[in-house]
Amino acid sequence: MIWPLARRNPAIRTVAGAGEIQARFKVEHAGFTLDVELNLPGRGVSALFGHSGSGKTSCLRCFAGLDQPSAGYLQVNGELWQDSAQGVFVPAHQRAVGYVFQDANLFAHLTVRRNLQYGLKRIPAAQRRIALEQAVELLGIEHLLERLPGKLSGGEQQRVGIARALLTSPRLLLLDEPLASLDLKRKQEVLPYLERLHQELEIPIVYVSHSPDEVARLADHLVLLEDGKVSASGPLKETLLRADLPFVFEDDAEAVVDGVVTAHDQAYGLLSLQLPDSQINLRLPHGPLPLGQSVRIKVKARDVSLSLQQAEDSSVLNLLPARVVDWINVAEQAHVLVRVQVGGEQLIARITRYSFDRLQIQREQLLWAQVKSVSLLSTH
Amino acid sequence: MPLTKADFAAVLLTFELASLTTLLLLLIGTPIAWWLARTDSRWKQPIGAIVALPLVLPPTVIGFYLLVSMGPHGVIGQLTQSLGLGTLTFTFAGLVIGSVFYSLPFVVQPLQNAFEAIGRAPLEAAATLRAGPWDAFFTVVLPLAKPGFVTAAILGFAHTVGEFGVVLMIGGNIPGKTQVASVQIYNHVETMQYAQAHWLAGGMVLFSFIVLLALYSGRSSGRSSTRVWQ
Repeated sequence: MIWPLARRNPAIRTVAGAGEIQARFKVEHAGFTLDVELNLPGRGVSALFGHSGSGKTSCLRCFAGLDQPSAGYLQVNGELWQDSAQGVFVPAHQRAVGYVFQDANLFAHLTVRRNLQYGLKRIPAAQRRIALEQAVELLGIEHLLERLPGKLSGGEQQRVGIARALLTSPRLLLLDEPLASLDLKRKQEVLPYLERLHQELEIPIVYVSHSPDEVARLADHLVLLEDGKVSASGPLKETLLRADLPFVFEDDAEAVVDGVVTAHDQAYGLLSLQLPDSQINLRLPHGPLPLGQSVRIKVKARDVSLSLQQAEDSSVLNLLPARVVDWINVAEQAHVLVRVQVGGEQLIARITRYSFDRLQIQREQLLWAQVKSVSLLSTH
Repeated sequence: MPLTKADFAAVLLTFELASLTTLLLLLIGTPIAWWLARTDSRWKQPIGAIVALPLVLPPTVIGFYLLVSMGPHGVIGQLTQSLGLGTLTFTFAGLVIGSVFYSLPFVVQPLQNAFEAIGRAPLEAAATLRAGPWDAFFTVVLPLAKPGFVTAAILGFAHTVGEFGVVLMIGGNIPGKTQVASVQIYNHVETMQYAQAHWLAGGMVLFSFIVLLALYSGRSSGRSSTRVWQ
C-alpha cells in the first residue's frame, strides 16, 4: 500500500529530522520515574520491550500526548509535537497519531462501522490516505461492521481498534500491547494482521510489548526499558546479540536471522533457507514455500551447541561453519553465551562453562555450530 | 366536576415550573457534575457537600434564606432591582430559582455517577481519533451517559413537583402565579374541602408512582444495555 505522508497540520512547527523520531521524556509519579531519550527510525516497527512497571506504556502515552511529561521533546519525521524548553505541547487530538489500546477501548455506544468512521470523518478528505474499505479489508472485519463492540471477541475488538486507528491516516502508529489481553488462539488470529501492517505501511510504528516472541516476529528496532530507563536501543538483530547486555530475554537468549527459501525436500518435509552473504543453508521441518521467499527465523541459544569437528554422524539437522565473535558469562556461572558468526548472520550458543574451557574457545576461532531446532517467525 | 378551575391552574403551573426547572437544572447541573467527576481539586468535597445540602435541610430553611436574599435588601434582590426587574419574591421566576436550588442534588448526583462510571478511557480514545474536548463530550460522553441524564431529568422533575415548603416561603399562594398543586391541596385541607383535596392528592400519588415505575424499569433495561457495551 502506498502511504505518502499526509499534509502537515499548519499549526505544527517543523524541524530538521525527517526520517527519524527523536524523543525525550521525563515523567515523575509517586515511586516511579521515567527518564528516557530515544532515537527511533522514521519507518518500520520499533518495539519498546520491558517487564511490567518498566515504563513502556507511560512512554507510549507521552508519544500520543495523553500524558504530559514534566520535561520533554518529541519530533516525528520533522514535525515538532513537544518541546518543553520552548513551551510547545501539541495536545493529543491535534497529533497525527493512531493509538491502539491494550483493551481496544472501542466506543460501546457505536457500531463497528461508526467506530471506524469516528476518526475517519475528523480527518479532512484531502489528508486521508486510506479508505474505510481498505482498512476493513486489511484487518478482515467486513462481517463485523454492523455489530456493537460488546458482541465481538477480544481478537475482533482488537482488529477493529487497529483499523480505527489506521483510518485517521496517522504519521505515527502506537500499539500498546495489543495482544496482551488475548489468549493464544486470539493472538494467532491478530498477529498476521500486525505483520501485514508492518509490510504495507510506510509510517513508523511503536509497539509496546513484554513478549519476546512478538518482538522477535514484528520488530525492526528494539528498545529495552528497565525501571524507567533505556538500557539498550538499536536494530533488532544487533541488539538481541549484544553481548555486553544482561541478555535481553535472559534464559531465553535468542538470535533472529533472515534467510531466503532455496529448496523444499518433499520426501522429508524439510525446507532449506540460505543465509545472507553466504552459501550456507539451514534446514527446518516446514511445508513448502515459494522459492526466493524471504523469511525470518528465530534460533534459541539453548538449541545451539558448538563442536570443533564437523560431526557428520550426529542427529542434529544443521551443522554450520561458524567463527567465534565473543562471549559472556551467564549470571549463575555454569553457562557461557557464545556469539558466533555464520555467513552474514550471528547466532548465540548457550554452552556450559565446562565445555567452553574444554574446547578452549578463543576469539576468531573457526568451529561448527550445531543447530538443533529453528522456528519460522514470519515471511515477508 | 371533581377539579375546580383553580385546581387545574395549579396543576398546569406545577408542570410548567417542573419542566422549566428540569431544563435549567440539566444545563447547570451538567458542568457541575462533570467538574465533580473529573477534578482532583481540594474543593471537590466542599462543593459536593454544598450541592447535597438540600437533601438534608428542611425546605423551610432553604426557603427562608432565598426569601431574605431575594427580598429588597438581599443580594439577589439588590441585583434584580438594579436590573429593573423588581424583586423576585412572590413571582413565578422566584419559584423557578428556589426550585433549582431545591432539586439540584437530584440532578447533579446521577450525572456525576454516570460520568464517573464512564472514566477516562473513552475520552482518551476520542482524543487519539482527533476529537477535541468539546467534540468528545458531545459525541462520546453524552451518549454514554444517557441513562444518567434520563434518571437526572426524571428525579429533578418529580422532586420539583413534590415541592411545598420552599414554594410557600418564597412564592406564597397566589392563584395562577405561584399556587402549585401541593399548595392547593393545603388550601383545600385548610378550608375543610377534603373531597377536593382527595382528587388532587390522589392524582399526585398516581403521578409519582408512574414516574418511579418508569425510572425503575428504565434502570433495569439500562443495566442490560450497559452489559452489551462492555
